[in-house]
Amino acid sequence: MACDSWRSQLDAYLDAELSLDEMRNFDAHVRNCPSCAAEALARVQMKRSVRAAGLRYAPSAEFRARMQRSTARKPWRINGLAWVFATAAMALLVVVGTGQWGGREARATQVYGEVADLHVAALAGTSPVDVVSTDRHTVKPWFQGKIPFAFDLPELQNTDFSLVGGRMTYLDQAPGAHLIYLVRKHEISVVIFREASLRGLDAGSHATKQTSFSLETWTQGGLRYFVVGDANAADIASLANLFKAAGAS
Amino acid sequence: MFEELAMPLFDSLYNFAHWLTQNRDEAEDLVQETYAKALRGFGSFQLGTNFRAWIFRILRNTFLTSRTGLKATMTVPLEVEEGAKELAVEASTPETILIEQASQETMQNAIAQLPVHYREVLLLCEVEEMSYQDIAETIAIPIGTVMSRLSRARKLLREQLLTRSRRG
Repeated sequence: MACDSWRSQLDAYLDAELSLDEMRNFDAHVRNCPSCAAEALARVQMKRSVRAAGLRYAPSAEFRARMQRSTARKPWRINGLAWVFATAAMALLVVVGTGQWGGREARATQVYGEVADLHVAALAGTSPVDVVSTDRHTVKPWFQGKIPFAFDLPELQNTDFSLVGGRMTYLDQAPGAHLIYLVRKHEISVVIFREASLRGLDAGSHATKQTSFSLETWTQGGLRYFVVGDANAADIASLANLFKAAGAS
Repeated sequence: MFEELAMPLFDSLYNFAHWLTQNRDEAEDLVQETYAKALRGFGSFQLGTNFRAWIFRILRNTFLTSRTGLKATMTVPLEVEEGAKELAVEASTPETILIEQASQETMQNAIAQLPVHYREVLLLCEVEEMSYQDIAETIAIPIGTVMSRLSRARKLLREQLLTRSRRG
């Protein structure tokens, strides 16, 4: 039949294993071929059911604790007077630092929570992005005049990432850029603000995981970047690195 | 460093080990042995390369040399499929509906029934969301073989689900 060559590549298409050009051609074909579209839908449903069924076994709490103990690093050995000094120094640090650090940490956690909310809220909407384009040269100029800063988007050739598009966003009443990327069917948000507009956030560079979202944040050139999504931490880190490289060039 | 790389994969490794061994105690032993071997061999692991594929490979190799692993691979001869480019089976609409209606338990039983060589490739692809390249590295087979095993695994799974639904 006419679609034999498409069908033989359908699994690779749904597993996101085709090149970007091939993916685009396939997208176009599926949009115009009801038979391939139906078959693609059936296979996507099958993939979802296998994934749901495959996440079947969880380790027991007892086993987890046992493994954590066995892989944990051995504690430092300090003896005699050094131990007394170390304890005293730690106590002093705790007394002096708690107030300041406690406040900073709470503020950082609050901001991370809000950034994760921005990510979820964008994806939950009917149109997650206002400028739909895989081309960074289209997306970047779209922000001109809308936000009070400019930033660079990374080149994605030979990476697993693709750009979906962008939208404006707000945090602490300050405008920022919100970009959405795709990696292996996972959406990742990159949210950028002026560092000066985020009150009291002194987070430095940080990677964290909260309610199953991974988040990485850093500042560069006066801008505060957040990369957040449910993809694995390694993917979040690679996208963050691409942005760091783009910002540095 | 080892702990930071290995512990985030603990749940995934355990799930995969339990699917391979089909037994809680054996899965725990397998994960424990995998971590012990990985920790011992960590010096030879090159930072910046694929740690996930590396530790999954250790787990899988450890499984294959275990009693259960040897039994699983001995009793189920691998069909001639290496390199064979298999054309996808046509799924007619009624079949699709039957598969959609299959309960999670039915799907789990069907996956458990797959020969281990197909089960592992399917789980690495769908549950671990590994790329074909990562699966090839983990199992130490060419990418073409990953694709043909995956295609065969999906076909077998569909057939199993259909047989089960016909039996009622």
